[in-house]
Order: sequence, then structure tokens, then C-alpha cells
Amino acid sequence: MSFPLLTATAAVPAVGAILTAAVPAARRTAAKWLALLVSLVTLVLAGIVFARFEPGGDRYQLTESHSWIKDFGVRYELGVDGIGVALIALTALLIPFVILAGWHDADPLETQSKRWRPTQGFFALILMVEAMVILSFEATDVFLFYILFEAMLIPMYFLIGGFGDRAHSGTDENAAAQRSYAAVKFLLYNLVGGLIMLAAVIGLYVVAGNFSLTEIAEARANGSLEMASSTEKWLFLGFFFAFAVKAPLWPLHTWLPNAMGEATAPVAVLITAVVDKVGTFAMLRFCLGLFPEASKWATPAIVVLALISIVYGALVAVGQRDIKRLVAYASISHFGFIILGIFAMTSQGQSGATLYMVNHGISTAALMLVAGFLISRRGSRLIADYGGVQKVAPVLAGTFLIGGLATLSLPGLAPFVSEFLVLVGTFARYPVAGIVATTGIVLAALYVLVLYQRTMTGPVKEEVRSMPDLRPRELAVVTPLIALLLFLGVFPKPLTDVVNPAVRHTMSDVQRTDPQPEVPVQTVEAAK
Amino acid sequence: MENLIALLIGAPLLGAAVLLCGGRRLDRAGHWLGTLLAAVSFVIGLALFADMLGKAADDRAMHQHLFSWIPVEGFQADIAFQLDQLSMTFVLLITGVGTLIHVYSIGYMEHDERRRRFFGYLNLFVAAMLLLVLADNYLLLYFGWEGVGLASYLLIGFWQHKPSAATAAKKAFLVNRVGDIGLSIAIMLMFTTFGTFAFGPVLESAGETGEGTLTAIGLMLLLAACGKSAQVPLQSWLGDAMEGPTPVSALIHAATMVTAGVYLIVRSADIFNAAPDAQLVVTIVGAVTLLFGAIVGCAKDDIKKALAGSTMSQIGYMILAAGLGPIGYVFAIMHLVTHGFFKAGLFLGAGSVMHGMNDEVDMRKYGGLRKYMPVTFATFGLGYLAIIGFPGLSGFFSKDKIIEAAFAKGGTEGWILGAVTLLGAAITAYYMTRVMLMTFFGEKRWQPDEHGHEPHPHESPKSMTVPMILLAFGSVFAGGIFGIGDRFVNWLKPVTDYEHGHPPISAMAVTSATVAVMVIGVGLAYLQYGRRPVPVVAPRGSLLTRAARRDLLQDDFNHAVFVTGGTHLTRSLVYVDHSLVDGVVNGTAAGVGGLSGRLRKLQNGHVRSYAVSMFGGTAVLIAATLLMRAV
Repeated sequence: MSFPLLTATAAVPAVGAILTAAVPAARRTAAKWLALLVSLVTLVLAGIVFARFEPGGDRYQLTESHSWIKDFGVRYELGVDGIGVALIALTALLIPFVILAGWHDADPLETQSKRWRPTQGFFALILMVEAMVILSFEATDVFLFYILFEAMLIPMYFLIGGFGDRAHSGTDENAAAQRSYAAVKFLLYNLVGGLIMLAAVIGLYVVAGNFSLTEIAEARANGSLEMASSTEKWLFLGFFFAFAVKAPLWPLHTWLPNAMGEATAPVAVLITAVVDKVGTFAMLRFCLGLFPEASKWATPAIVVLALISIVYGALVAVGQRDIKRLVAYASISHFGFIILGIFAMTSQGQSGATLYMVNHGISTAALMLVAGFLISRRGSRLIADYGGVQKVAPVLAGTFLIGGLATLSLPGLAPFVSEFLVLVGTFARYPVAGIVATTGIVLAALYVLVLYQRTMTGPVKEEVRSMPDLRPRELAVVTPLIALLLFLGVFPKPLTDVVNPAVRHTMSDVQRTDPQPEVPVQTVEAAK
Repeated sequence: MENLIALLIGAPLLGAAVLLCGGRRLDRAGHWLGTLLAAVSFVIGLALFADMLGKAADDRAMHQHLFSWIPVEGFQADIAFQLDQLSMTFVLLITGVGTLIHVYSIGYMEHDERRRRFFGYLNLFVAAMLLLVLADNYLLLYFGWEGVGLASYLLIGFWQHKPSAATAAKKAFLVNRVGDIGLSIAIMLMFTTFGTFAFGPVLESAGETGEGTLTAIGLMLLLAACGKSAQVPLQSWLGDAMEGPTPVSALIHAATMVTAGVYLIVRSADIFNAAPDAQLVVTIVGAVTLLFGAIVGCAKDDIKKALAGSTMSQIGYMILAAGLGPIGYVFAIMHLVTHGFFKAGLFLGAGSVMHGMNDEVDMRKYGGLRKYMPVTFATFGLGYLAIIGFPGLSGFFSKDKIIEAAFAKGGTEGWILGAVTLLGAAITAYYMTRVMLMTFFGEKRWQPDEHGHEPHPHESPKSMTVPMILLAFGSVFAGGIFGIGDRFVNWLKPVTDYEHGHPPISAMAVTSATVAVMVIGVGLAYLQYGRRPVPVVAPRGSLLTRAARRDLLQDDFNHAVFVTGGTHLTRSLVYVDHSLVDGVVNGTAAGVGGLSGRLRKLQNGHVRSYAVSMFGGTAVLIAATLLMRAV
């Protein structure tokens, strides 16, 4: 038996989480370094997964399979396709930056007891989330995936509710109440989604007799598993609802601004850049993979909801007064693009959606983490409390601008590639939807540039006059992210190479082919 | 030789990277490095030009393929360059004028503590603009297109501490993004129609598809051009863009970037040739902008804004010419190049005046400056003669050809377009004479400012006057060099195609009329501003003057509709999101799971107990599943 690489990639952060939590109270700096080290080891393992994955090989690679709950045919079954590989790489890549950016976010306040160990808990929870997210990208057993999908809510709940942003406008008590509200809202929305999914998971078992993604998909493809059309639709809806809460899709999005606003910036990145990606990932893998006919049936409605998300999220972002809530609504707009790309069911749309998941993760991390550095300096999340920062902290302002430009998908930065692919892939199938989505181009520029203008330009406000520029630790967070945005903006080939075959499989799952050009240039050349 | 193409872009890109990331160590040498790398690019351009001249006219296009940019199923976008005569013309204009303006900026920005950064942005602009004109497909062109937009944004807002500069920068970017929607949709249409968006295959097979599709693509490209080239209805950003340092106005907002729309249309000639409806719209946009810009230019007292109105109007000429098809393409580009020389020269002259006048921009506070700044006066004067089309100077040759071509379009359209271009020529002569007279002639009208500092007008340093002198040479001779013997026509013909237009009246008559309207324009301005003293405080003026001062009220319209309307829309959506969507979703859930009751409890302070019970539930669920294995 070969080395269980996929299990190891998830087990390292899980074990690391336990070790981090066990570090004695007085040694909190050691806990931070331990967590960082664990996340770097995980990154190396994810790199090995990326390198070992053969784009031309089987659909699912590096597979592992063990019996788990025999009575119900539940297996511990892992395997990755190109989409999983890309998202594992994204997760493993972001966590070290999340840890580094949150270095002081959980230092105990002076008023707190010396035996209190928030720091250890904070970093242990982050690693726990990482482990669960990575394993959920690897799980090819529906039940195993469901368990992880639900279980990751627990560490997330504590991260949101227990470690709030110390910059808030009200009293401490007031802030605690808002934080709890955000955490519980996050939990309730996702639990309700999860319960509906549980019903669908059980339903799937009743119909298919096992939980194996590969077996069910194969049985469906060769006709040995017939599914009544109405059954398929109900099961699809059950799964899709849970994923649409997590992704989040309009109108199920309202938990996200609360959660991202109240959590610390690194945790906000964890939510939107990492955990939410499980939702869009699962739409591709489970909705399209298991219920292709129902997916096609639901496409018109989902395309409309995605378009609403794009335009509505961007418009509401323009109207925000709180920096972090603004980024949250921008993310809602971007998730609209991802879902649009998935359900356009063209090669360009699906490749675009997958790249979008990765690129959105990196760009949001860059923007949100710099925003976090800014907020921690001034102790306020309100846009109106800033002004003229560019003059006193030019590097901070410059990196914030680059994060913003990535968010508005400027060519040369990674998100442009994915956004254009989604647009062109959508336009090829649904021209009107493609055109509506392009308005997102203007609206994104509006919310980003208004945010930049109000915080960074103009006369220097008294309160920001002594604001220090980025520190070495903060530069170490931002510089690699920006380098990556530039690299993937000009040379996304390493990613498209692993994603392309997975997209081809999904396209054959849903049995759709790309719309052909009206005047294919090849034939014109052949005719000459 | 073709391997040098990437170096054209590489040199200024390297400069931008080094200057922007290099930190304070480079403060002392940064401007030299930036200028040097722009000059390197110019020298490479000259070498490629010499090589190109050595080849047969039909065999001059060079290609360089670097790597595949976005390799996705059914979608091929490459980082690949194409250098043909059209691109070459732009390369020399961008790097030549660009280098001169780098040199000028050394002096102009001498006292700015952020000069290194300024040169980094200028280099970034040159690199992006070269990418725009060297790309061999529309998506890579889009990359350069947005790159110059970014550089323009950064440079307009260079003095970010001024709220007006920051606002102007944002406005320029946003209006351009509206145009970008056009470019995006055009590329998507090309993709669904041809399966590619590379210049070669798309333009070769343009004739194979229906006119409707081509008209749609053409109109979308026009929308993009309107944004970048400040054409009606997307022209409103250009006047505000004058908030940027003057070298920026000269390079980006006069000589190069704003002409990118003309490039886009001429490059897409095969699409427009097969879509006459789109062409007609192009000529209409050009004609309207030509008059719009000229009228605005007449009313502005801010010297840079007057010149900005003029730029808009002159690009209107180019767009109009580009809309005329093969009878106009060559002249659109020829006017673009001569305009690049004289307008850059005029802006640099304006900058030199401001440099000597404590950054005063109001021409009503100038007067009689010819005695104080003889070099500036002479070079500005030559640029002035060139732009009004004084016989023998650059503008005369290029503008006259456009007017001829406009008449040659034929039919009623030809007469209307011809008349508009003639009227524009008259107004051009009028507003430019006004600028000239208010600035350099008459009595001195400046006074001490509120701190008691009186301006001491003086000539600018050599680093500023030498570029002005060189551009003045271009303003004087370029037109003759291009026009005589049809040199420019023969140069561009293999790329853009050329048909000789036949105006319904003789070419001689058109030329005479052009000269006549110019004399009328100059004369009117002389009567108004030369014979009478210029009041320091602007008179109230007619309704038209007052409207023109406010950019013909288009900003007011935009503000009322988009800014005010948009603000109301976003505010109400924020409210809806908070109260309605959130409420409805929570309420719906209440029916299913009693969610709202729990949420209410939560607000009453029972948060902890509730959270614990939720976790209890989840924990039991997970424990149960794990236990199943044991059973």
C-alpha cells in the first residue's frame, strides 16, 4: 500500500491543531510558531499532491479507500480531480498567511486571567478548519463529505463568536452581542442548509444503495441506476440549497456580511476565501456530477439568481460604510460570477469558475488582510474614519490598491483571467446573461475606487497622522500574495493544466458540448 | 529582428518595476533611469523601423509569439505581438514623444518629493501603451487598454492629497470602464462568431458573417473608443483629467492614450468596412464631438481645460475620418501623429507657462507673457499655427485631407460632414487664437496671491525647453514630410487599405475654404481678445458660453442621473438587504424551524444557552454516526 498522501495532507493540520491547543498558557509564542510550521508542512504536502497529480491520468487520483460504516456502505474514500487539487493548493497556501496576519489577533488582553489560553485556541481552530476543508475537497464518499461539511461549522463558530474584531464602534458588551449574533446566524443558516442536505443524502442512499460518488456516477452513466425525474430534482434541490447557503447565493447571503464584519480579518478571509469555496466546489462535484438532468432543469433559475447576486452584491457594496462589510458584499458579487460560470455549462465557464475560486481566494485575502492591518492601526472599521492614509503609509496604501485592483479584475492580475472566462463562457450559451454580468465590471470599479478614494486619498486626517507603514511581518503576508496575483494573471497555465481535464469530465457528466462559433475560422482557412 | 519587439515593452516595464518597488534609495537617480529606459525603447523602435524600411511594402509585418496566455478548452489567448506599419507608427510616436516628455518632467517635477514614483508611473504607461498597439489579438489589446487606464488613473490622481485630483482620477477610470463593457462584449461576440479574437483570423474572415453581427461588434468597439478617446457621450472625464501634472496631460491626455480609440477603429477596419451602419455612427460621434469639444474649448479660462476641449475636438476629426472607411483611415492616423506633436508641444508650453506663474492656470491672469518667456512663446506659437492649419505646417496637411475625405463620402452625408469639419476648423482657429492672445499678448494681468507672492514669470530650464523645441520642429515639418508625395499614404496603405476619395468640389476649393474659415476664426478672436483688453473676471456671457463653461451641462446631467440616482439606489438596496431580504429569509425559516423565535431569544441575551444547545445537537449527530460503526 502506498503512502496515504491525501490523508496525510489533512491529518497534519488536524494533529497540529491538537498539539497547538496543548501548548501551555505561558508559551503562547511557541504555539504561534508551531501553528505556522504545521501550516507550512501542510503547504509542502499540498505541493506534492499538486506535483503528483497527472493531468492526463484518471479522473480521481491518489485514491484511498477504507471501509467505515459497513451497514450503510459508508466508506472513507478519498481522491482528487484537478479542481480538488487546485482548491487544496489554494487552502494550504492561504493558511500560513492567515496565521501570520492574525499573529496578534488573539493575544490575551491585560485584564484577562493569566491562565486563559485564547492564542492557542485561535490557531488550533484555524488549523482544524484547514484540515476539514482539505478533507472535504478530497472526499469522494457523499456521507463523509456531509460530515465534514457540517463539522467545519464548529470551529468556524468559535472563531467568529470567540475572537471578534477588536475594532468596533459600540461598547464592549454591545460588540459581544453583535459578535454572538453573527456567529449564531452563521451557524443557523448553515445548519438549516445542512439538515436539508442530510435529508437529500439519506434520499440518495435509499435510491442508490451506497454513498460512493464514483460508483453512483458510473451507475448513472451506464444506465444501471435509473432515477425518476422528480426524485432527481428533489435530491438536487436538497444538495443545492446547502451549497447555496454556504457559497452564498442571493437571497441566502445575509449571514456573510455579519460574519465577515464581526470576525477578525484573517477569520473573514478564512470564511470567504476558503470555507465558502466548499459550497461552489460541491456544486460542481455533487450537483452537476450526480444530478446532471436536474442541474440543467434548474439552470435558468440559478442563472437568474447568480445575476442578481452579481449586480445586487456590487450595488449594496457601494452603499456600505464599513470596510469589511464592503468586502463581504463584493464577495457575494463574485460568488455570483462563480455560480454563473458553473451553470453556464461551457468549458470556458467551468474553467473560469474554478480559476475564479482560486483567484478570488487570493485577491480577497490580499485586500481583506491589508484592510485588517489598516483597521488594527486606527481601531475603526468605518470608511469615514479614514482619509489621506496614502500620504503617511504609502506601502500600505499601495498594497491596498493592488488588492482592490485585483478585486475589480484588472487585466494583468489573476482575477481578470477567470472573470473573462466566466463572462465569455456565459455569453456563448446565454448572451443576455453575459451582457448583464458585464455591468459587474463597472460596479466593481465603483466600490473599489470609492473605498480607496475615501480611505487613502485627500487631506490627512488627524487620527491617521501617526499611522505606521506596513511592518515586516505584514509585508511578508502581502508581498507573496501580490506576486501570486501577478504571476497567475500573466501565466495561469500551471492551473489551467490541472483544471482542463476535470472540466472535460464535468462537461461529459452533464452531456453538454460547447456552442460552436458561427463562422469557425478553421473552416474558412480550410476552404482557401 | 522580431525578437526585439518584446524588448520594446520590456524596457519601460523594467523601469516601472524597479522605480515602484525600489524604495527611497532610488530617489536621486530614479528619474534618469526612467528616462533612459524610455529612450532605450525609442532606440529599439528606430532599429525596427530601419529594418522595416528595408523590406518590401507587403512584407513588413513582424510577429513574435511569447507563450500561451489562457489555454482553456476551445479558447486560445496568446501573449503574442504583431508589428506592422500601423503599430510602428504608434511605437515611434509613443516612445519618441514619450522620451521627450520624460526629459521635460525631470525639470517640471524637480521639486516634487515623489518624483521617482512619477517616473515609475510614466514608464508603466509607456509599457502598457506599447502593449496596446503591439498586441496581436483583442484580448491582449484589452490588457494594454486597461493598463493605460490604470496608468492614467495613477497619474491624474498623482497629487492625491487634493480631493479634486482623486475625484478626477476615479471619474476617468469609471467612465472608461463603461467603455470597457463595449470592448468586452465585442470580444465575446468575436469569440462566439469566429471562435477566436486574434487579429489575423478575425479580420480575414470578417466578410464571412452577417452584417448584423459585424454592426454589433463595430458599435461595441465604438463604445470602447468613446471611453478611451473621450468622445461623446463618454467625454466627460477628459476635462477633469487636467488635474494631473502637465507632462501627463501632454503625453497621455493629448498625444497618445486618448488616441487609442482611433487605433482600435482603424485596426478593426475590415469589420467596419463590412458594417456601413456602424461606420455612419462612427462619423456622427466624431462630428458631434468635434463641435462639442471646440465649443467647450472656446469658453474655458483654464488654459489646460481649453486645450483639453481642443484635444477632444481634434480626436473627433480622427474618429470621423476613421468612420469614412478606406478614404479616411490613413488621414485619421496622419492627423493623430501630427496632433501628437503639436498638442504635446502646446501642453508642454502651457506647463512651462504655469511653471513660471506659480501654477496659475487661469488665462485671465496671464497676459503679455511673450516678453518673459520667449522660447515658450515661440514653440507654443508654432504649435498654435500648426493646429489652426496654417498653410505649410503640420496641421494644415492632415486636417485638410480629413475635410476633403469628409466631402468625398458623397451624398447629403458628405456635405453635412464636410460642413461640420469646416465649421470645426473655424472654431479651432478662434479658440486657439483666444488662448494665444490671452496668454502671450496684451497687458500683464497677474496680481499677488493671498500670501502676497507676486508671480515672477521666467523662462523654464533647458530640460523643459529642449523637448518643446523638438516638438515644435515636428509641428512645423511633420505634415509636409508625410503629406508631400503621399509618403504616409504609401506607408500605411498595405495595412489599412486606401482609396482616393473624390470630393464633389475640387480639392483646391476645399483647401481654399479651409484657409478662409481659419482666417475668419482668427479674425473674430482678434477682434474680441486682441483689440480689446481681456477682463480679469470673466463676464457673465451668453447662455451658450455659460453652458460651455460647464461642459455643455453633461456633467450636471450625469450627476443628476447617475450619481444622485445611483446613491439613492444603493442606499435603498442597503436598507432592503438589511430589513427585507434578511427579514424574509429569517421569517421563512421561522415557519420551518422556529428560527426567528430563537433569534429573538438571542437578542434577549440567551445567546450562550442557545449556542450550547445547537452544539449539543451537532455533537450528538456526529457521535451517533461514529457509534454506528461500533454497533
